[in-house]
Amino acid sequence: MESVKPILEFRKTCVSYTKQTMAVKYVSAAIEKNTITAIMGPSGCGKSTLLRAANLMHNLYQNIRVDGEILLNGENILSMEPIDVRRRVGMVFQRPAPFPTMSIYDNVLSGFALNGIKLSKAEKDATVERCLKSVALWDEVKDVLNKKGTFLSGGQQQRLCIARALAMKPDVLLMDEPTSALDPIATKHIEELLLELQKEVTILIVTHNMGQAKRISSKSMFMYLGELVEYGDTEAMFSNPADERTRAYLTGKMG
Amino acid sequence: MSDKLYKALLFLTALIMPIVCGGVVYALVTDAYDAFEHFGFFKFLTSSDWNYTQGAEQYGALPFITGTLMTTLLALVFCIPFSLPVALFVGEYFKGTKAASVLGTITDLLAGIPSIIYGLWGFYTLRPLIMALNISPQGSGILTASMVLAIMIVPYAASLSTEFIKMVPNDLKEGAYSLGATRAEVVRKIIFPVAGSGIFSSYVLAIGRALGETMTVTMLIGNTNNIPDSITSTGNSMASIIANQFGEADDLRLSSLIAIGLILFLITAIINMIGKMMIKRARIS
Repeated sequence: MESVKPILEFRKTCVSYTKQTMAVKYVSAAIEKNTITAIMGPSGCGKSTLLRAANLMHNLYQNIRVDGEILLNGENILSMEPIDVRRRVGMVFQRPAPFPTMSIYDNVLSGFALNGIKLSKAEKDATVERCLKSVALWDEVKDVLNKKGTFLSGGQQQRLCIARALAMKPDVLLMDEPTSALDPIATKHIEELLLELQKEVTILIVTHNMGQAKRISSKSMFMYLGELVEYGDTEAMFSNPADERTRAYLTGKMG
Repeated sequence: MSDKLYKALLFLTALIMPIVCGGVVYALVTDAYDAFEHFGFFKFLTSSDWNYTQGAEQYGALPFITGTLMTTLLALVFCIPFSLPVALFVGEYFKGTKAASVLGTITDLLAGIPSIIYGLWGFYTLRPLIMALNISPQGSGILTASMVLAIMIVPYAASLSTEFIKMVPNDLKEGAYSLGATRAEVVRKIIFPVAGSGIFSSYVLAIGRALGETMTVTMLIGNTNNIPDSITSTGNSMASIIANQFGEADDLRLSSLIAIGLILFLITAIINMIGKMMIKRARIS
């Protein structure tokens, strides 16, 4: 087995919302560059909580504690500035939420505007075109770039949100059930898109949808009650899970 | 049968409010008619004379319209730097915490203090301070009235703004944070633009409150019937001239006071209507 230096690595990562209970318990896992890793598990198993730890989203809320280490290119993000981490680890949420006061064009560039980074008109145009093309939205919206992002369909809005995250050229893209609010056709589009995108960015995706995990991910994690039960090649996990709980979940006996 | 009766009763009670409102407007218009007829509507609005010497009577509303607009706008200017931070504190930075609910409650409490008490405080605490600081010799005037007025409208502006700031979806805020924005950037570039029309409309309603505020302004504005030439000079607002003179006025002077009341009523009604319409639109979006 060749050893690739992981781009993101959880080391005994714990997240707790209250002093008594841990939502994520001692998770250790190394994520390889340019892969799609699916995080599966029943509701409340801590998969979103783990995901949100990877770009310090938990720092926004006073009561949440994150312990252990999370390494991004070998550097522990828990001791870094959240702002720097979040520029390198982008995120796409469950519900598509383009900024309603901004045009499609400005939505793609919102990361720069929010960070106070000035771009020339040519740089802006190039970034917008590049990002919208990489989410396969360019042809659909190139003539309406000045319209509000909220005017698009749900699937288009979600692709706009992915474009917005990609504009910052993140190393890792975290996705928290990005297709659960979308119809099957929009979901299919996004899945195809992610398979393309893994060439440029490492994707960590939380999903409720086992079929989705099977279709797009090369690695899968199965979490249960805050623990990482199993982590390995998706194919192997689906055909022959190592843990009884994984098997029960994947065969629909638990969920 | 009793259903029909209830319905009829309900209908009758509901009818009372429009009737009262119509009655007030009717009374104002008929009583103000004399003044408008005597001086002409436009002339009455633009004249700055207020002379009640028998035989040389001249009345115009301009000084009072100016006084009202000056105190209201100045109060608005003073109110923003207090109400906006309160709204951000309660609605965003410390949302849901004990500190936020304490601050929110105290701010709301300010709205319940009778205006006469604000007037007393302004007269016996703020006015001497303004004299001591040599801002104006007499202490009372547009500035003093506006400062107290500002405190009085802070709760209205703050509690409504808070509501709109709270309504900004978490999805949007987290989306912005996930792009590397700081809290200040999220406030400036996401919360303010998204909640903007709501915040603006809450200030329009606060203006509506300030326009008609009578007691505090009457106690602090200095009660002179001139057009105020600076913010430290004395004057009268539309409400304060009425409060000052209605008891001793009759005939044309009384009609002129009522005409001023009608104008105040119209301005306030229009401002409130605009504010309510804007709030409705902001809530929908």
